[in-house]
Amino acid sequence: MFKSKVKILQLAITLLACAFLFVPIILSVLAGLTANYFRGISSGLTLKWVFEVWDLYANSIFLSLWLAIACLVCTLIIGLPAAYGLARHPGWLSRLLEEFISLPLAIPGLALALALLQLYGSMKGFRTSWTFILVGHVLYTLPFMVRSILAVLASMDLKTLEEGAASLGASPWQRFRDIVVPNAMPGILAGALTVVTLSIGEFNLTWMLHTPYLKTLPVGLADSYASMRLEIASAYTLVFFILIVPLLMAMQWASARAQRITQ
Amino acid sequence: MTLRLTHTAKTYPDGTKALLPTDLAVGRGEIVSLLGPSGCGKTTLLRIIAGLETPDAGSNIWFDDDNVTSLPVERRQVGMVFQSYALFPNMSVRANIGYGLKMQKLPKPEIEARVTEVLEMCQLQPFASRAITALSGGQRQRVALARAIAPRPRLLLLDEPLSALDASLRETLRDELAILLREFDITAIFVTHDQDEAMAIADRVAVMSHGHVVQSGTPEELYRNPMSAFVAGFVGNAMPLQGNADGITLHLDGGALTLPANGAGQTVFVRAEDVRIGDDGPLRGKVETVTFLGTHYRIGISGITPNTIASIHTGQNAPRVGDMIHVAIKPETLMLLPQEADLA
Amino acid sequence: MTNRTFVMACLTPLFIFSILFLALPIVRLFMASGEGDAGWAVYVDILRKPRYLNTLVLTVLVSLATTFAALVVSTTAGMFLVRNRFTGRGTVLSVLTLPLAFPGVVIGFLIILLGGRQGLVNQLTPGHVVFAYSAIGLFLGYLYFSIPRVLLTVMAAAEKLDPSLEEAARTLGASPYRVVIDVIIPGLMPSLVASGAIAFATAMGAFGTAFTLATNIDVIPMVIYTEFTLSANIAMASALSIVLGIITWILLLIARSLSGSTVAGGG
Repeated sequence: MFKSKVKILQLAITLLACAFLFVPIILSVLAGLTANYFRGISSGLTLKWVFEVWDLYANSIFLSLWLAIACLVCTLIIGLPAAYGLARHPGWLSRLLEEFISLPLAIPGLALALALLQLYGSMKGFRTSWTFILVGHVLYTLPFMVRSILAVLASMDLKTLEEGAASLGASPWQRFRDIVVPNAMPGILAGALTVVTLSIGEFNLTWMLHTPYLKTLPVGLADSYASMRLEIASAYTLVFFILIVPLLMAMQWASARAQRITQ
Repeated sequence: MTLRLTHTAKTYPDGTKALLPTDLAVGRGEIVSLLGPSGCGKTTLLRIIAGLETPDAGSNIWFDDDNVTSLPVERRQVGMVFQSYALFPNMSVRANIGYGLKMQKLPKPEIEARVTEVLEMCQLQPFASRAITALSGGQRQRVALARAIAPRPRLLLLDEPLSALDASLRETLRDELAILLREFDITAIFVTHDQDEAMAIADRVAVMSHGHVVQSGTPEELYRNPMSAFVAGFVGNAMPLQGNADGITLHLDGGALTLPANGAGQTVFVRAEDVRIGDDGPLRGKVETVTFLGTHYRIGISGITPNTIASIHTGQNAPRVGDMIHVAIKPETLMLLPQEADLA
Repeated sequence: MTNRTFVMACLTPLFIFSILFLALPIVRLFMASGEGDAGWAVYVDILRKPRYLNTLVLTVLVSLATTFAALVVSTTAGMFLVRNRFTGRGTVLSVLTLPLAFPGVVIGFLIILLGGRQGLVNQLTPGHVVFAYSAIGLFLGYLYFSIPRVLLTVMAAAEKLDPSLEEAARTLGASPYRVVIDVIIPGLMPSLVASGAIAFATAMGAFGTAFTLATNIDVIPMVIYTEFTLSANIAMASALSIVLGIITWILLLIARSLSGSTVAGGG
């Protein structure tokens, strides 16, 4: 009796939480597809707003995709060897370095952006280039890439595997290429999807670092929330959902897979 | 290939002396086992030979006439079988075995041919395209061996190659490994803490303790003529007979024994198979435990020395716990060894 | 190249990047905080001037409320989802973790759709019910952000709870209520503290949500933003950033030492 009552209460809270999270999403999707949201669905469904969003913001969408890819390349170039280095050279210095590069997870993006602006803001060529935003994105996503790979590397007996390869004549570089990278693949994949997902959705740093000519998708969203009619803002949000939700699902799948390997 | 180590030692940065200065020579085609309890330095010695550990200054390692002391592992042309096998999980059996050949930049057809040859020798053909994770422990062990042998190394090194296996499988694979190693006709060194394994596989056994080689010889030599109490105890489980030696007589709690030589200042050892239970024995003791082991009984006897001594008894029936019995030990089976100096 | 040089070479790009774009900028930020008219006393001003102190208090209060609510909702839902298998469970789980990838601005907009002038609540209820732009809206926005993160942490911990502990308590005569108090809550405690710290820290530093919603109220991230862009009070903006950064960093350090991992922060 007591148990079933508790269960009903639990179920109620769970469903209420679902409603709280999901109803606004439905509202947003509907608003983006309704001819006139103020008059309601009866005004008819339309793709007009979505097309209008495309006209207004296609550039920001492409910029975000471009930034995400560039960010992925950078985090791979920096993060993959670094994760290997940290895994092969455990010790207080590595712990400290890992802790240090994880700071952007803890410190609000706004504070990091202010820091970057004050040091590099006066370098006009850099400040107004897309690479300035890229630096922010790499700063924020790098710890995710490093940790994702590090978790997989730490779960296997990397040292012995490498000694095995070395005894067969493989040089450090060949061992990295033939043994480390293939075995770290689940972590690399999970890290890569996380980096792309986070980069496309990054707002806090980007808002401070962007220039009027370089608006990313989330910056454009903020812009449309402030200055466009509700239908356009919603349609733009819908476009964002269409982009981000599959990425999120792929990321969750890859992370779960990498986690299974590390256990 | 012949291997020669001179004055080879290893001190860790924290000051631990893992290996005291050691000299070792291994002849062409010889199979040598490094035997000792854990922490005796045997694995360190093996890893120094492989090039996986850097020895202290002054150490020298010779492969034939080449001084390889400063050569990194990847250029020493050694084959190594690791305790955990260290098989690459991202490669198939075939790719694992072919990896060393690929590193030598051999042409593809030759790699294929040599991998096939090794697969056949190790009876691994049915598993060639399997993933490593789809293999049993015994199969993995053979892949590890095949992978180490495929590049035709100058020297084969094996680090506790059987310890990751079940006890029942270990015995079968031990004999199989002994046959394979002779078939390969290669100079090999393998590390083990199991005396049976060392004796079954090796031509020569080097017993190690506290960072140095205490005795080296054929299994028979070590068993019959141990030069120290440690070797007598570790190889063949000899038991000390604690008593007072008076010339050639040893006085024990349970009676007196005749020694083959003057026992003053020596410790007397005997093996369980040389302790005979019979009515004519000069020693008297009490049966404490009787363990039936199929081919024989193992009987624990108290009252002869302060500690219990064991006897291997091969009769159809055994005395019962609590029985008072007579025990005989032939003088020629007793081993007189210098009293144990502190080795630490 | 020896092994050691190779490993060192692998760490070099990371080292250079983090010096150039993390260490030096943070040092610069700290220096900048002392370069204003007040000098280093700017840190005292945060506690002395009512504008900053009130903002700090409000931010802490909203963040605390968010943390508490997120813990209650997510623990209840998380335990329910771990212990029960039913059709639609996967869907419920997907819905509850979907917002993980939403930036704060989007969440702010979703709250506007709920409680704004054209929002659902205002349309369904008689009278004028608009709460999106108040502290309640901010609270709901932060809650929206935190529920999925706390949920995942709690569920991961709940799945590792040994069911035989509960069974043992039952055989010893404990009621279901006592089992929750004596076995489940203590078992989940490290992950509750950890995810609570994460929820609190992200709420303290959330800029995107505040940017969309906090038009009438001040929270720390908005004050930093306005001090920097509108008042050009760079020293104060920097000082507040440093203080905020230290608070969130310490909280997440605690969280990580307890749970061993962090679910995506930001916002």
